[in-house]
Amino acid sequence: MNTILVITRLTFREAVRRKIALAALLLGIAFLVIYSLGFHFINDEISADAGRMGSRIEQMRREVYNFLVLAGMYVVNFLGVASAALITADSLAGEIQSGTIQAIVTKPILRSQVVVGKWLGYAILLMGYLLLMGGGVIVSVWLLARYSPPNGLAGLSMIYFNSLVIMTLTLAFSSRFSTLATGGAVFGAYGVAFIGGWVERIGTALNNETAVNLGIFSSLLLPSEALWNKAAFLMASPLAGRIDANPFTTASQPSNVMMGYAVLYLIIFLGIALRQFQQRDL
Amino acid sequence: MDNDLAIETQSLRKEYGGFAAVRGLTLQVKRGEVFGFLGPNGAGKTTSIKMLLGLVAPTSGSARLLGKPLTDRSARAQIGFLPEHFRFHDWLTAAEFLRLHGQLYRMDPARLEKRITELLELVALTPFRNQQLRTFSKGMLQRIGLAQALLNDPALVFLDEPTSGLDPVGRRLVRDVIRQLRAQGTTVFLNSHLLSEVEITCDRVAFIKHGEVVRTSSIQALVDGETTVTIRARGFTPQVLSDLSQWGREVRVEGENIILAVSSEEVLPAINQCLVTNGVSVYAILPQRLSLEDLFIQVVGTDGGL
Repeated sequence: MNTILVITRLTFREAVRRKIALAALLLGIAFLVIYSLGFHFINDEISADAGRMGSRIEQMRREVYNFLVLAGMYVVNFLGVASAALITADSLAGEIQSGTIQAIVTKPILRSQVVVGKWLGYAILLMGYLLLMGGGVIVSVWLLARYSPPNGLAGLSMIYFNSLVIMTLTLAFSSRFSTLATGGAVFGAYGVAFIGGWVERIGTALNNETAVNLGIFSSLLLPSEALWNKAAFLMASPLAGRIDANPFTTASQPSNVMMGYAVLYLIIFLGIALRQFQQRDL
Repeated sequence: MDNDLAIETQSLRKEYGGFAAVRGLTLQVKRGEVFGFLGPNGAGKTTSIKMLLGLVAPTSGSARLLGKPLTDRSARAQIGFLPEHFRFHDWLTAAEFLRLHGQLYRMDPARLEKRITELLELVALTPFRNQQLRTFSKGMLQRIGLAQALLNDPALVFLDEPTSGLDPVGRRLVRDVIRQLRAQGTTVFLNSHLLSEVEITCDRVAFIKHGEVVRTSSIQALVDGETTVTIRARGFTPQVLSDLSQWGREVRVEGENIILAVSSEEVLPAINQCLVTNGVSVYAILPQRLSLEDLFIQVVGTDGGL
């Protein structure tokens, strides 16, 4: 069997055996149950009002659904980011620390095959997780209200891409630093990007250029907020997208340059992970 | 280049910051040899092994394994390694663990399955085949680690402290495995603290101190060559003592005892004759062979090599 796939399978098996996959699955189901119940009750409320207010409410109703889908996706995005950082932080750092890596890399394989194999394993795990969570949100809203947001799949893909960026960044840190330092650094960077995203949003509303630039700078440090904004922009209803009506959407979508930067960012950090793991003493 | 050598290193050096963990390792291990690598803690033994296995990049120097430079990965297909702290993915079962490592060796699946069965039998873990490693005792983990190092029928095996943590039965098992490997012509590079083990299993040993080989010798020559003689006698003069130094080194006196190191027991009759001729009353001549442990302390000193 191909060496990369051997490592990918090992990564996969580890998530299952160490009950990481099970924990994620159970919590994911809990999230979806609560989300669906909440949606169901709010929907009941709106439907009761709708009878009294006639047909004009239909447009209003779709706006509320869209808001609720984005709220759900906002949580899914955050969980995707957090899971990506949590499952990856220990990957290389933990194996180096415990010494399990020694019997692996002394085999006739390339160290880069270990890194790529792990990356692929986490990428598949995250895809499964986000399909369950994000797909669950979209499907449950469809089942309960026959509503689906625009560009659902594209938006979910963007959320997935966001988790891949975080996962790759974490892997790069993990190839060099301890598990704890890796976790601290990645969440720190995420915090900066998160706050930066809000500074940019408020700056845009107030026409404050310095605030906007600060936001852009933080997106360069870690483009995770920009990617969420892109996902939200894609899935927002035309109205919500125009008026910046809620905290989950944004009136201006991130530029294509920023999207290109995010792709480059991922490639660069994968390169850093490969290079550092290649060169370090184990 | 000598093709009879399994390991050949030339001034292999590793520095961390400004500190030299291994100053300059130069040694040669012949194919088919069981080679003991001895030295106090901190002498650079594990770092040396790690350099040979490509885990740690040497600062300078060069080395060849099975005739190939360290950077050549293909040699590793013929190498087995049991790391010092044998930590493995403990959520795998014994069979899964061996299968994983066999796949990393890119072994043919049918051959691998056959090998897994054989090796589990060899290390007496067949009943635990489908049990997760987390349930294993320290000794069982070490044995499964040993099986892992032998999966590919290696030409060269590195065993870093293979018997630490093993009970006497486990130690015997490891010893038997090493004997079997020698019989098959496998080269074994053994890093061990248990000198009695080394004495029984190894053909040759290298003593390493401060990351340099201070002495290399066959076990036979070491054990034969170093004998300490204690002579109980009365009436000896400084002149007699200086005469004795022609047969032995480090002549010293402790009360009625003269103690000296000789290279062979063959010189004892001559010593006796010399003493008697000079009017010394001799009560006893007691030759005492040095154990490897005595030699170890003699060679690396009691400062622990630090």
